[in-house]
Amino acid sequence: MKPIELTEAQVKSRRSRNIAIALICVGLVVMFYLITIVKLGPSILNRAL
Amino acid sequence: MSVINDHDPVTEIYISSAMPGDFFALLKPRVMSLVVFTALVGMMAAPGEIDPVLGVIAILCIAIGAGASGALNMWYDADIDAVMSRTKSRPIPSGAISKSEALGFGLILSAFSVAILGLAVNWFAAGLLAFTIFFYAVIYSMWLKRATPQNIVIGGAAGAFPPMIGWAVVTGGVSLESVILFAIIFIWTPPHFWALALFKSDDYKLAEIPMLPIVAGEASTKKQILAYSILLAPLGVAPWLLGFASIAYGVIATVFGAAFLWFAWRVYKMDEADRKMLPAKKMFGFSILYLFVLYAALLVESLLPKLLNLIGIA
Repeated sequence: MKPIELTEAQVKSRRSRNIAIALICVGLVVMFYLITIVKLGPSILNRAL
Repeated sequence: MSVINDHDPVTEIYISSAMPGDFFALLKPRVMSLVVFTALVGMMAAPGEIDPVLGVIAILCIAIGAGASGALNMWYDADIDAVMSRTKSRPIPSGAISKSEALGFGLILSAFSVAILGLAVNWFAAGLLAFTIFFYAVIYSMWLKRATPQNIVIGGAAGAFPPMIGWAVVTGGVSLESVILFAIIFIWTPPHFWALALFKSDDYKLAEIPMLPIVAGEASTKKQILAYSILLAPLGVAPWLLGFASIAYGVIATVFGAAFLWFAWRVYKMDEADRKMLPAKKMFGFSILYLFVLYAALLVESLLPKLLNLIGIA
């Protein structure tokens, strides 16, 4: 078994991509939250328990 | 740290060095900005209202969908992009991104943009967006572009759909007005691209793309530019003639349509020996201004009553 040594550029680009993906995921969470609130509004709480 | 088997040569394993900016470049940001603008005009000009949050999300989905089709186009066209001066610095030919990364990126963004637009707004608009992506990536990039000099005439439909999608976001359908918005961009595309193809014909020849100046010659291209400009000038005025834009728009569209014709006439009269092709370059620049001004006028007209209503004047 031989480990792969990433170059400095590969490590840097991977970190940048990871940060970008994290930001996009947060953006999607916010977007889905907003869509839910706008489409359902207060009725989201109006359900049988 | 990754670990691999001794039998796999390390040199065969691809490890990406692509930065987020390289992926963003795959989306063709300049084309995307035009798509955002025309889709916004379609959305604002449409009768009816949409929640502002959903409106922003719809525009974002249309922009991402357009960007995804750009990424798929760059994936398929990587070989010809590498030989053209205008495109050889794109992420794939420059080596920043692999073809498979671009393909995966384009497919995922296509799926997400269509699904979110459908779930958040309506499935008719989402269907139109899906068709637009399919049309640009498959019909234009994979089929027409390398097969016929009419490539950008038919393929131009892909760039003309965004205002129609914007309209469908609000109304849930298509009407004569949105077809006119589509037709303006559809008829505008050939003279716009053929003006570019005239002074970039060496590039297209090198890439073996059958653009009209190469296949039919410069004289025929100039005639076609003029013919499409003659169609475009009255079509640009149609929103006023059909009653969904004011006379102010009509005047602007008439003046700019006349100027478009004048630029097309200058290209038509351009000397065969003129290799600088200044009239074609000027026409290319003006064509971008023309579309921007017409759509900006429609945007102002549709926004003004809403703003006046908001501050209580109307």
